[in-house]
Amino acid sequence: MSELKQTEKIATRESYGNALVELGKEHEDLIVMDADLAGATKTDKFKKAFPDRHLNCGIAEANMAGIAAGLSTCGKVPFISSFAMFAAGRAYEQVRNSIGYPHLNVKIGATHAGISVGEDGATHQCLEDLALMREIPGMVVMNPCDDVEARAAVRAAYEHVGPVYLRFGRLAIPIINDRETYKFEIGKGVVLKEGCDVTIFATGLEVNEVLQAAGMLEKDGIKPEVINIHTIKPLDEELVVSSVSKTKKAVTVEEHSVIGGLGSAVCECLSEKAPAKVLRIGVQDVFGESGPAEELIKKYGLDAESIYKKVKTFVKEH
Amino acid sequence: MTILELEKQANEVRKGIVEAIHAAKSGHPGGSLSSADIMTYLYFEEMNIDPKNPKMENRDRFVLSKGHVAPAYYSALAHRGFFPVEDLLTLRHTGSYLQGHPDMKHIPGVDMSSGSLGQGLSCAVGMAQAGKMDQKPYRVYALCGDGEIQEGQIWEAAMWAGAHKLDNLTVIVDNNNLQIDGTVEEVCSPYPIDKKFEAFNFHVINIDGNSMEELRGAFAEAKAVEGKPTAIVAKTIKGKNVSFMEDVAGWHGKAPNDEQFAEAMADLEKAGEALCQN
Repeated sequence: MSELKQTEKIATRESYGNALVELGKEHEDLIVMDADLAGATKTDKFKKAFPDRHLNCGIAEANMAGIAAGLSTCGKVPFISSFAMFAAGRAYEQVRNSIGYPHLNVKIGATHAGISVGEDGATHQCLEDLALMREIPGMVVMNPCDDVEARAAVRAAYEHVGPVYLRFGRLAIPIINDRETYKFEIGKGVVLKEGCDVTIFATGLEVNEVLQAAGMLEKDGIKPEVINIHTIKPLDEELVVSSVSKTKKAVTVEEHSVIGGLGSAVCECLSEKAPAKVLRIGVQDVFGESGPAEELIKKYGLDAESIYKKVKTFVKEH
Repeated sequence: MTILELEKQANEVRKGIVEAIHAAKSGHPGGSLSSADIMTYLYFEEMNIDPKNPKMENRDRFVLSKGHVAPAYYSALAHRGFFPVEDLLTLRHTGSYLQGHPDMKHIPGVDMSSGSLGQGLSCAVGMAQAGKMDQKPYRVYALCGDGEIQEGQIWEAAMWAGAHKLDNLTVIVDNNNLQIDGTVEEVCSPYPIDKKFEAFNFHVINIDGNSMEELRGAFAEAKAVEGKPTAIVAKTIKGKNVSFMEDVAGWHGKAPNDEQFAEAMADLEKAGEALCQN
């Protein structure tokens, strides 16, 4: 972990494409599927390396989910790739009934999640996918925070037997984890900073924003504990409870609706096991809009500065 | 099996359907009875399967895309020896493995969970694609309803199967002409079904889907087709062989009461006796 060394930036969709090529070399049963977005989901690299194991389903995500289900019953391990809006949204019921209900070994690589899609605007900015996927029994839901973690998550998804939803972004983001020492475990949160005044749970690209916000809070004498929740389901309840039992206050930060995602998952856990005041930072039950990704992140209050201000007020008031 | 033996077997499968739905006090008799001959032909004649080894690697695969006719599927599987025929009476009961719609996790011989209309054909296409990729000898069969093909996903799957020349795939459309709200034409006509599949690059065969003779011919023809998937448009009678259920939309999803059950079983007994006269 070296949050100060933020020179290299890479979008996690790139990490997805690169990790698939690496895994493809090791595993003959790995199949990559697309719905006419291989250039955008970055799976075109896999297509180039393993043309016989890449299936383009055309613009038909529901069918892609079903074909993947059928392939998996015959021993293949398909990774279906599309934008989060279409992978989790358009094909929701296929994912639920054809993949989730029979608990098939299909992996869903959903890129272009959140408002950081940018200029394409609200129709393509999926802010509900974590909620949709988290509801499906047996579904593992991951939202990695940088290139290092994203590659590790793809590998973990392959190794896990059962359906997995992987959330990736379009925007290039800093690498904050150490390539050499990073270890990934499904369902285990990562304490990035120890503190005693408030616990900030962050996921995806918000982890980096939160680390920067934490630096600002420390200058004001507030010591936040920062925890990266890369697996939204199963949630690391033990860590959530133990940290908040110490700090007594929790903040969740995600590039997702405040309804149904990380904020909800943490609230569900705490309200039952360790009631505490929670501030949910995310998109506030509204649709997104067009604009450059960084500007939207600021406008919707998901940048380090905005997070710093909100957490500071929250800590003072409670 | 001879045609007569298949017809007798189909009559037994029909009895199982009626008994199971009566015991469940709910379910879908109309489409189960219309597709009973197709299901019987597949499981007793056409498919390479082994009831003692339901997961046999190179077995032929079947997907019941119109999953609500599970009673026909279960009855065929039970009579073929995948599980005890007595268990049919637990259909839809709490705790039974015989769920209202096919559940591959718990039912021996079921290759894919299904029931949400429109989804099964895509899964069958995936199985056929896997067979092509691994150069496996198995064939894949999917049974769709004529109402079900109103779902757009069916045509996504058909487009892909045709484009990829999946000649190891056979789709059967149980064309009984009725859906919940009336005739398929009244609701939203899928006709011409054959021309639609032709346009999606399928080899198409039109048959009487309640005739074992015609089913035999169609499946043999499908097997010989190269470079195209096959669609068998099987004209059937909803509620077939139970007189008061035949061609009545109201029997799509309703269980017979005790009196109706006795009448239905008497019809099937009679049909069985008639077959024995031959």
